[in-house]
Amino acid sequence: MSESTHGIGGLTFDAKKRARPPELNVLFALILIIGVFELLGAFLMGQSFLFDSADRFDSFLNEARLKIIILQVSIIGIIAIGSTQVIISGGIDLSPGSVVGLTAMIAMSFAQVAEVNGNPNPKAVFGPAWMDLPAIVPLVVGLSVGIAAGLINGLLIAYTRIPPFIATLGMMVTARGAAKWWTKGQPVSFPTEGYASIGQGMMPVLLFILLAVLFALILRFTVYGKRTYAIGSNEDAARMSGINVARHKVLVYTIAGALAAFAAVVLSAKNLTAQAGMGVMYELDAIAMTVIGGVSLAGGRGSIVGTVLGALIFGVIISGFTFLRLDAYYQEMVKGAIIVGAVVLDQWRQGRMAAKM
Amino acid sequence: MSDLQTNISSGEFPHDAPGTSDVILETRGLTKHYGGVHALENANFTLRKGEHVAIMGDNGAGKSTFVRQITGVEQFTRGEIIFDGKNVKFENPMEARQAGIETVFQTLALADQLDVPDNLFLGRELVKFKLGPFSILDYKAMRERTMEALVKTGVKIPNIRGTIERMSGGQRQCVAIARTATFHSKLTIMDEPTAALGVQETAQVENIIRTLKEQGEPLILISHNMRQVMDLCDRIVVFRRGRICADIDITAGDVTGEEVVAYITGAKTQPQFEDAA
Repeated sequence: MSESTHGIGGLTFDAKKRARPPELNVLFALILIIGVFELLGAFLMGQSFLFDSADRFDSFLNEARLKIIILQVSIIGIIAIGSTQVIISGGIDLSPGSVVGLTAMIAMSFAQVAEVNGNPNPKAVFGPAWMDLPAIVPLVVGLSVGIAAGLINGLLIAYTRIPPFIATLGMMVTARGAAKWWTKGQPVSFPTEGYASIGQGMMPVLLFILLAVLFALILRFTVYGKRTYAIGSNEDAARMSGINVARHKVLVYTIAGALAAFAAVVLSAKNLTAQAGMGVMYELDAIAMTVIGGVSLAGGRGSIVGTVLGALIFGVIISGFTFLRLDAYYQEMVKGAIIVGAVVLDQWRQGRMAAKM
Repeated sequence: MSDLQTNISSGEFPHDAPGTSDVILETRGLTKHYGGVHALENANFTLRKGEHVAIMGDNGAGKSTFVRQITGVEQFTRGEIIFDGKNVKFENPMEARQAGIETVFQTLALADQLDVPDNLFLGRELVKFKLGPFSILDYKAMRERTMEALVKTGVKIPNIRGTIERMSGGQRQCVAIARTATFHSKLTIMDEPTAALGVQETAQVENIIRTLKEQGEPLILISHNMRQVMDLCDRIVVFRRGRICADIDITAGDVTGEEVVAYITGAKTQPQFEDAA
């Protein structure tokens, strides 16, 4: 079918006739929010938000701020990639924050150096035989922890039929407990240089972008992606079409667990330490990013591109508040309002869609 | 019909029956009990290739129960199903589907947020490159096969790349029906395909059913609509209280609606089904 606009019998599949992608709306929202901060900056602070007003940089953009915006959302952004596919499949995952804590603790335990400034590592978890290991060991161990947590989530949801909310809530509490139990609450520190390099500089951003591109392609072009949308859109239809819905869900939650674990590795490598309290509330921030990015909590709708834009909106708002020298308390309050607002918008959009029929 | 058969036989879904008879589906003494409730009792039913048969009856008469046994949604208590010359007992709808029985369900089995090709190929996506669950989709091939299916069934949809949620009830039903034509099914079953549709949309669906008839595709149509059944079908099988109570050939055109209604309500029973009353 070389003529791509007209098919047999005058039937068309004109790509141009497709509805405006919802991601475009998210992009407009992002630009609008930046505009608001620019205006506020001009009136209240006497300087620009994103542009270089003091001639401090080579380019006309404020590079330092841009870097901070993307760096501070990239780790939670990696979790949000996992949350995106979970929510598209019609589920929800409340466990990633705790999985981050548990994974960071365990992975870091396998990433410690034997000697710190000539003295034995004061935070050592294992004996010397388990120290100074190549970075691949803690990475693999960490990913295994996340995969195991995600697998348990998936198996519970797919085969015991408890709602995802409850299953992952259980994992959220359990994994946090396990994170504290691992070292009886002690932080784990002093990683090898190889491990630390995973989280230094702009590495988190690079990894976030790579993973975002990979999963955007997977969701768009693979059978896995198509079925994830189908299950979120109409689970009964998917089942009647012969899709093994249970097995697919296990895979979805396992991948989400693996991504949470990867975020934990990056985070602990960046901070050079792991604490049992790491990642608290990360799952909610990740869900917020996806919802702001246009992923519908009802399932079947949304994309990684939207989530990345949602993450940027998140980063811009946090940076903007810092830029305006507003208290962190306000940030949290506004964050809460934005999440609720995004869900209201999603409901309204669906209501309008239903009314059209 | 023979042309079509040859075409299909050369495709990847072989259509040729191992049996030599022209019967595509036969049930013998098909029975389904739910605990003490005898929802279906001793149903003997035959469908020949190319034949369109309507199943009628009051609510709870056993029509849907009968269909659920054939399509593998439920497992029957007793009896036999011979499909395409083979004795079958489907464990689930997918097995029935793989054997060549396509069902258009009363509740449309479509994913609203996906477009037409996505829905047609749901669960049996065409892939360019095999990689387990991460196999790469062949969108182009699926679009082309979709166009073929739409042309074959006479379904007109302005834009197959549009999502199902943007379509009218009639268009949705058409997509659901076109889906059965995509995979060269051997038997199509429709459960009240026009129950929720307007006049024009009903006409559209009925045209598709006529197209299937011309192409020699056998069909079981569950319907409450007497005019529709009289228009589209060769035969009416009436269910009453879990049993078949009449099997009426209407090709001659001498059967009135009143007569069929009499069978449905129990005012009349064909002599050969006397034990059903």
